[in-house]
Amino acid sequence: MPYSTDKSSHASRSLRKTARALGWFSIGLGLAELLAPRAMARATGLAGRTTLMQAYGLREIATGIGLLASDNPRPWLWARVAGDALDALTLASGAGRSNPLADHVSRSMKIAALVGALDVAAASMPDRRAFPDPEGRFDYSDRVGMAKPAEAMRGAASDFMTPHDMRDPDPLRRPTLH
Amino acid sequence: MKALCWHGKKDIRCDTVPDPSIEDGRDAIVKVTSCAICGSDLHLFDGFMPGMEKGDIMGHEFMGEVVEVGAENKKLKVGDRVVVPFTICCGECDQCRRGNWSVCERSNRNRKLADKLFGHTTAGLFGYTHLTGGYAGGQAEYVRVPYADVAPVKIPDGLTDEQVLFLGDIFPTGWQAAVQCDIQPTDTVAIWGAGPVGQFAIRSAVLLGARQVIAIDRVPERLGMAKAGGAIPIDFEEESVLERLAELTHGKGPEKCIDAVGMESHATRSIDALYDRAKQTVMLETDRPHVLREMIYVCRPAGVLSVPGVYGGLIDKIPFGAFMNKALTMRTGQTHVNRWTDDLLRRIQEGQVDPSFVITHTVGLEQGPDMYRTFRDKQDGCVKVVLKP
Repeated sequence: MPYSTDKSSHASRSLRKTARALGWFSIGLGLAELLAPRAMARATGLAGRTTLMQAYGLREIATGIGLLASDNPRPWLWARVAGDALDALTLASGAGRSNPLADHVSRSMKIAALVGALDVAAASMPDRRAFPDPEGRFDYSDRVGMAKPAEAMRGAASDFMTPHDMRDPDPLRRPTLH
Repeated sequence: MKALCWHGKKDIRCDTVPDPSIEDGRDAIVKVTSCAICGSDLHLFDGFMPGMEKGDIMGHEFMGEVVEVGAENKKLKVGDRVVVPFTICCGECDQCRRGNWSVCERSNRNRKLADKLFGHTTAGLFGYTHLTGGYAGGQAEYVRVPYADVAPVKIPDGLTDEQVLFLGDIFPTGWQAAVQCDIQPTDTVAIWGAGPVGQFAIRSAVLLGARQVIAIDRVPERLGMAKAGGAIPIDFEEESVLERLAELTHGKGPEKCIDAVGMESHATRSIDALYDRAKQTVMLETDRPHVLREMIYVCRPAGVLSVPGVYGGLIDKIPFGAFMNKALTMRTGQTHVNRWTDDLLRRIQEGQVDPSFVITHTVGLEQGPDMYRTFRDKQDGCVKVVLKP
């Protein structure tokens, strides 16, 4: 029987795994923005904009829940990308020299750019396997390469003597206890 | 003659070049009847190995008929059918006399360059950069074989090219990878990479008596071939390698691990894989060592890591603390092909192994440039390409 993997059009395991990680990240960030808006606003260089911070926190939590709960996380990943763009615009509005926390804004913009790049990469991940074989042409399950089925060939080269320079010391050659 | 020549990154062409000639009394000229594209040729194709020059002839897996022999060569005669190992060996230096053929001290004619890069030279190789001698390779109609009175393996009648061609590299490489593990009957051997070398490592580990062999890859048809050879497949895009290995070894980890991947690992979505890609892009790292890291992490303490996969330069974030504290052993190196060829040729003749199982594509030399892409991208079910000049 050929080795087979599920090549369905559902999100691949990698996509699901990445979406799950980003979902928890969204929820964590959202809770911080919602529950500690003053500290978060100061950390990002946008001191005083606490209501905006809480609104963005709700947005993050909603996106996070979407990512964790949905069978198809891709729209929610693109929602994160849109949110990243909004974050970037908001941070840019606080980047003027008149802002005494301009260095915080600058640092936040770098982090936002990195997170944005990760979100775009995740949203662009392929659904389907990279090695399609819809007609099942590449079935190599009969290519044993040995005289008999593999199980019958186990240990068939026991006449071979491992050279001394490739042998383990005797204590390491003892049978493993399983 | 026609030959596949390197013209730059991702640029291989089938060119007309001058025929080779005898340059030394120990040389031979071989008319190539079959040659192959090796996974390590892809490192040159993708531009990860330095030291190639425009017009260099590719290829180090080839065989054919001897058509000319130097005056001092007492081993070969015109008409002999030979497989030529990819390592060029003088047969006389200290390393050759010890059987360490792949680190011959004399056959690299650019050894000063290699001395500077690696500390000491290694053997000359066919078609594999000027760091290893700048010798013309075997993806051509004819090849000059230096020191041809040492390494070439004479092939007896009755065996096809497809049965014996891989004695020059991938079969002994997979075999040595397993031999270096010093496999015991209770061992689990985990093999990363189910490409051609991985396939031979799987069968070698089975023949050498491993209790359990596990193959890790993401290409379904390669995993299917691995399963046919006796391996338990793990698709790393569908399953957690760490969890599956723990499950299959009762949480203890495999005793023996083989890296049949090397410098271009395609781990996806793991943090270290993203890190390697980023560092490689800005030239702060030459190779992507995800497999090495994972092997060190999963291997049972006091186990063995065998590394036939090719690495070219510098790697980063290797968990050497784990390597040291777990008392692991690592054995590596290019293959000492001639240590194994007599024994493996006998096993082929006796029918124990038929290496032709791995061939999925056979085409003319002029189709070689296209096949580099097909093989590199693992498209069309491609596992191993044989070229017929």
